[in-house]
Amino acid sequence: MNFIDNPGKLRGFEKNIKVEKVSRRSILKGLGITGGFVLAAPVMTRQAFAYETGAGKMPHGVVVDPRVFVAVAPDGTVTILAHRSEMGTGVRTSLPLIVAEEMEADWSKVKVEQAHGDEVKFGNQDTDGSRSTRHYLIPMRQIGASARTMLEQAAAKRWNVPATEVKAVNHEVVHSASGRKLGFGELAADAAKESVPAIEGLKLKDPKDFRYLGKGQVSIVDLHDITTGKARYGADVRLPGMKYAVIARPPVTGGKLTSFDPDAALKVPGVEKVMKVQGWPWPSKFQPLGGVAVIARNTGAAIKGRDALKLVWDDGANGKYDSVAYRKDLEEASRKPGLVVRQEGDADAALKTAAKVVVGEYYLPHLAHVSMEPPVAVADVKGDKAEIWAPVQSPGGTREDVAKTLGIPEGNVTVNVTLLGGGFGRKSKCDFALEAALLSKELGVPVKVQWTREDDLHHDFLHTVSVERIEAGLDKDGKVIAWRHRSVAPTIASTFAAGANHAASFELGMGLVDMPFEIANISCENPEAAAFTRIGWFRSVSNIPRAFAVQSMVGEIANATGRDQKETLLALIGSPRIVKPNVKDLWNYGEPYDSYPIDTARLRKVVELVAEKGEWGRTVPKGHGLGIAVHRSFVSYIATIVEVAVDEKGKLTVPRVDTAIDCGTYVNPERIASQIEGAAIMGLSLAKYGEISFKNGKVEQKNFDGFQVVRIDEAPLVTNVHIVPPGPDTPPSGVGEPGVPPFAPALMNAIFAATGKRIRALPIGKQLEA
Amino acid sequence: MIKVKINGQEQSWDGDPDLPLLWFLRDEAGLTGTKFGCGQALCGACTVIVDKEAVRSCITSINDVAGREVTTIEGLHPDGDHPVQKAWRQVNVPQCGFCQAGQIMQAAALLMDNPKPSHDQIREAMSGNICRCGCYQRIENAVHLASTGV
Ligand code: FES
Ligand code: FES
Repeated sequence: MNFIDNPGKLRGFEKNIKVEKVSRRSILKGLGITGGFVLAAPVMTRQAFAYETGAGKMPHGVVVDPRVFVAVAPDGTVTILAHRSEMGTGVRTSLPLIVAEEMEADWSKVKVEQAHGDEVKFGNQDTDGSRSTRHYLIPMRQIGASARTMLEQAAAKRWNVPATEVKAVNHEVVHSASGRKLGFGELAADAAKESVPAIEGLKLKDPKDFRYLGKGQVSIVDLHDITTGKARYGADVRLPGMKYAVIARPPVTGGKLTSFDPDAALKVPGVEKVMKVQGWPWPSKFQPLGGVAVIARNTGAAIKGRDALKLVWDDGANGKYDSVAYRKDLEEASRKPGLVVRQEGDADAALKTAAKVVVGEYYLPHLAHVSMEPPVAVADVKGDKAEIWAPVQSPGGTREDVAKTLGIPEGNVTVNVTLLGGGFGRKSKCDFALEAALLSKELGVPVKVQWTREDDLHHDFLHTVSVERIEAGLDKDGKVIAWRHRSVAPTIASTFAAGANHAASFELGMGLVDMPFEIANISCENPEAAAFTRIGWFRSVSNIPRAFAVQSMVGEIANATGRDQKETLLALIGSPRIVKPNVKDLWNYGEPYDSYPIDTARLRKVVELVAEKGEWGRTVPKGHGLGIAVHRSFVSYIATIVEVAVDEKGKLTVPRVDTAIDCGTYVNPERIASQIEGAAIMGLSLAKYGEISFKNGKVEQKNFDGFQVVRIDEAPLVTNVHIVPPGPDTPPSGVGEPGVPPFAPALMNAIFAATGKRIRALPIGKQLEA
Repeated sequence: MIKVKINGQEQSWDGDPDLPLLWFLRDEAGLTGTKFGCGQALCGACTVIVDKEAVRSCITSINDVAGREVTTIEGLHPDGDHPVQKAWRQVNVPQCGFCQAGQIMQAAALLMDNPKPSHDQIREAMSGNICRCGCYQRIENAVHLASTGV
């Protein structure tokens, strides 16, 4: 399996893997290489279901076992485990809801409990990649159906009737011939003695009998606790004797502590200790950066103590990282040929003979996640045992990494997953939990490590920085006959292995080589780019710059040919077909291509749906403009229309957003809407303000004043979400991430329609003010 | 010794008088409903009500509230049924929920001051509270709902 499409680099990388001891998980998860095994049961076979997913290929695969996920108490309370992390998508409700649906449990009698990190027991728990529903819709249905079958069998035995004569209905098993009924609670003890039925023979409910799935009537289980302050996030964990810590980390990635003076810090009331924290050499995967910790009786004292520390750092090689210079390097690289990662026809020749060539060079800076809850973790390490409480997207990976970092067996580590106050990919990296573990080990008491917002901005695993250069060759009729897209950006792989200078296959597959347009001559290239800071996953990852470039280019082509944006877009998408890009080992979000191909009929459909519902072509007031964009990511199809208004001073407002999403079979349309509404805000934030910049190797932005995000007074006045009804057996696909990529290019196309200005570098900042 | 009334209960503190109220609430008093998001009065996650006003507890010292009455999300309503809380649930506002205590306290303070805020007044009053998940449309609808009766 290829990591990158360059054999030379591949060899080098393999060597680095060994040197750096990158775990299987990091390779599997991080680098898009598939492998692993299915632990308990395979996902449903093709005969039974119309599709397969990549769930079984995730580390530790899938576990389908009602005894692991469901408990029925004698009083009828059904407890269902949520094994994925809740960061705002609603997954902690949606997955248990699937189980409840299928087992005929009454949702008002269901309690949801959060599973701790244990992938042998629960299967893969990495809550990222917009995968939870698409990987677990079928397994959760199977778990529910197994539990239902066991309850039915127990009742049939009790009544001495054939199991085929009884039926579970809303928390009871009913024998309609005799009118007898038994509640789930009354059957609990007997049902537990039943053997777990074979997956192959399970009878799943007919979707027309669904009470909950697809309806959107169920609120998230934490709603009441959230509105009353009782919901427990990572920061809210308090243990007897717990100490509070903040850490001063090297201001430059890969820097080291030269010396420090703790005296002033120790004089701050409430500060109890100042100590060094172990750091790992860069690139260090998710290991801590090291530095100096201030331990105190409360977080306020620890922060004040840290402010008083005198610290001398050796910045190391990354001290020269400068975003202004780096952008020039990326731009230059984008103007020269690079590693060819997709080739169809002869784009070079076709560009030479084209009647017109439209060129766009698009720049997108680093972005920070700034989840509302900054990284935080509590650890209690005693001897060779460790217990962690943390808002992590990767409970299983955290467990592995804590064990490795402390040098204790994984079985001795318990990872309790709290609610996450936002994640967006940041909390897939457990460095903050490792810091807490190291400090607790040394101090022998429970420790909470709290990151401040400044820490969060300065030591993030940032979204990459990129230049995307597209040249489109048009014939004399304005038809696009050639497409060359060069994508230059430091890769996430650089966080795992030194010298990784080309995009990993999973990055290439996010909007570059999977580009769906029907064009005869296509060349996608990936020139080299070195990394000088930690690069990581950010909600929707490389799709953001790719969709921004490709969909802005559609607007530019529309302008160059004097045609309507939407018509230009549909002409480029071309005929309804399954796209087969000429790419070796095309990365398809880890999914089998048969189940999840690039289907231009579905792509066209979301464009047409959003155009209809969003009233494309409507007359808008002067100074307003409409823009459209579509993008497939996380195997979902999403199109967005943005209406923008730009006043004489260049101030931008967004009166209306319409988004159409085809995410296949879905569980909770109400949460889909909330994800898409939120994605519009995140899209608008990154378009207007999103920029992390470096000078002398250090991040220049300090807090929400420097790294701004959209506030309520600049939010779109209305965001309408239109969900494509799924066909029978349409596999479920991603929801959490795909809403973000089309927003910025739709906005740029709208701004062009409103003002005639084409913005190619984000953030917009003051560009409209001139 | 600093004395302050929090959710109706007298509390005292004889440590650093400059300690931000936020950390007193969270770490010393165990009232973790109030959240830390920025520490610089930039995000509103730490919003509590002091007497009748919404304040950012991250930049308010414990000394600043000596002798005054602090209400946190835990004390807004005994059963969690303040009109703002009810409206929040009816509209299904939260995603991750981390910002919501601050949002709710800010909205409650707004409605004390202005029981029938306009669209623009809601947007202005709530603009100090960041929601990174982007629940703004629903926040606005929920404040409106709370002001018209839930
Ligand atoms: S934490 Fe106080 S305003 Fe952000
Ligand atoms: S709900 Fe997540 S920050 Fe507001």
